[in-house]
Amino acid sequence: MGAITMQTARPYLAAFRARFQLMLQYRAAALAGFATQCWWGAIRIMVFAAFYGVHAAAAPISLADAVTYVWLGQALLALLPWVADPEIGQAVRTGGVGYDRLRPLDAYSYWYARTLGWMLARALPRAALMLLTAGIVLPLVGLGEWAWQPPAGLTAALLFVPAFVLMTMLGGAILMLANVIVAASLNERGVNAILTPLVIVFSGSLLPLDFFPDALRPFLHVQPFAGLVDIPFRIYFADLKGASALQGLALQTGWTIVLIAIGRYAMERMMRRLEMQGG
Amino acid sequence: MNALALYGRYVATSLRAQAQYPASTLMLTFGHFAATAIEILGVFALFDRFGPVGGWSFGEAALFYALVNIAFSIADLLTRGFDVFGSDFVRTGAFDRLLLRPRSATLQLIGHEVRVSRLGRLLQGISVLILATHLAPITWDAAAVATAVGAVAGGAALFAGLLVLQATLAFWTVESLEIVNVLTYGGVQAAQYPLNIYAAWFRRLLTFGVPLACVAYYPVLAILNRQDPLGAPDWFLPIAPLAGFVFLGLSFLAWRVGMARYASTGS
Repeated sequence: MGAITMQTARPYLAAFRARFQLMLQYRAAALAGFATQCWWGAIRIMVFAAFYGVHAAAAPISLADAVTYVWLGQALLALLPWVADPEIGQAVRTGGVGYDRLRPLDAYSYWYARTLGWMLARALPRAALMLLTAGIVLPLVGLGEWAWQPPAGLTAALLFVPAFVLMTMLGGAILMLANVIVAASLNERGVNAILTPLVIVFSGSLLPLDFFPDALRPFLHVQPFAGLVDIPFRIYFADLKGASALQGLALQTGWTIVLIAIGRYAMERMMRRLEMQGG
Repeated sequence: MNALALYGRYVATSLRAQAQYPASTLMLTFGHFAATAIEILGVFALFDRFGPVGGWSFGEAALFYALVNIAFSIADLLTRGFDVFGSDFVRTGAFDRLLLRPRSATLQLIGHEVRVSRLGRLLQGISVLILATHLAPITWDAAAVATAVGAVAGGAALFAGLLVLQATLAFWTVESLEIVNVLTYGGVQAAQYPLNIYAAWFRRLLTFGVPLACVAYYPVLAILNRQDPLGAPDWFLPIAPLAGFVFLGLSFLAWRVGMARYASTGS
């Protein structure tokens, strides 16, 4: 049984690995992105510190947690589904998508695996550099209060593992929807123009969701984008623990399943009426 | 044809090209508006939760935000050629062609591509400016308007200077170095909050290194008729944006040095 599952999963794993290794080659881009994210994180933290200095009691989380939230967010920024996979747009414009149709594979899973490889390969090197800088170097040079803190205890660390996996899978599911729209409309700019601001605001990347006015909370905490940043990060520093942490994981799982189902359906319809471009 | 008329023709050509795809252009403009407008949401949420910071209300902070964004959008409209200089001109050898033409390379690069979509950020900045006018005690008398125009002009010059420096680096590195984005986009990010909330080392960097404070923080103090809590003299506040032009001048000096050592990639 296990051998059969491995056999079916092999081409998708290969697609994932190929894309992952290709994207790892872009070292200069990773370094530039890392430098930008350090700067961005520093500004964010200084702004937080200024506001906390005025009225710390008004904040939903402690300053140390907010600092960790910022570094985690900068480290995993490339994991956010804010632009459609550029190769999909290209494959549709050049006709390369025709080959994808001919492969004896499930088209959705194939693209999904490649997209995950693209996302993770961009995110992980930057995350490692960021962890080294904000998690290890900052405390060593005496700036410990501005450092990326370790998870709040063993339970939080253990819960963060599924939360991280789910945030990646959810991000992939959202990107797949964007990819399908790109393939249907032959234009990624329009999709990205709408997707980017949506993701930045509603994932909690701009600000932890609890910082927005309290009246919006019931909505902000159930929408799908919350599972990309706000839920996993709050699990990391145990702002969500026990039952609420499990609830968070359930929300991530639920939206991932729903969005994959919608994506599969949309992709099937799109593929049926797809017109080949180029030759 | 004089330089201005030639630039006008560059702009007209560029606009005609974009008018061929009206839906795409509109969507990009709207997208740019939305993508840059989310930042003000963040600023609003923080002020809403914590109250005034460093002696500033949300309306006053919005004034910083608006002027910086307007200045950057103008620089962004004028300097596309410098922005893509490394990747589109040096690496491809297209810069040789520019040098063969009997016109200055600077003019040709400024006219390279005028992107309508960048008006999205400009519109966003103007909307926030209107909002700030309603929320903060701003009297738009002649002096305040002059200071605001000076701040936007100085800010545009400063950001343009940064992009010229980015292009200058390409003479050595061949590729466009996106690392300069730290100072352009990151500069917008930093300068949209009042300077006195930052740590001292960062304030010094933003005043004497990349003088973003001179094109945003100091002139806004003058517009609001406030004294600098950090102690800069009153007479300095409205003329601080001149630092932006000095920065642009220095950037062009560096550009000349780079031009003198330019060797074609020869493809």
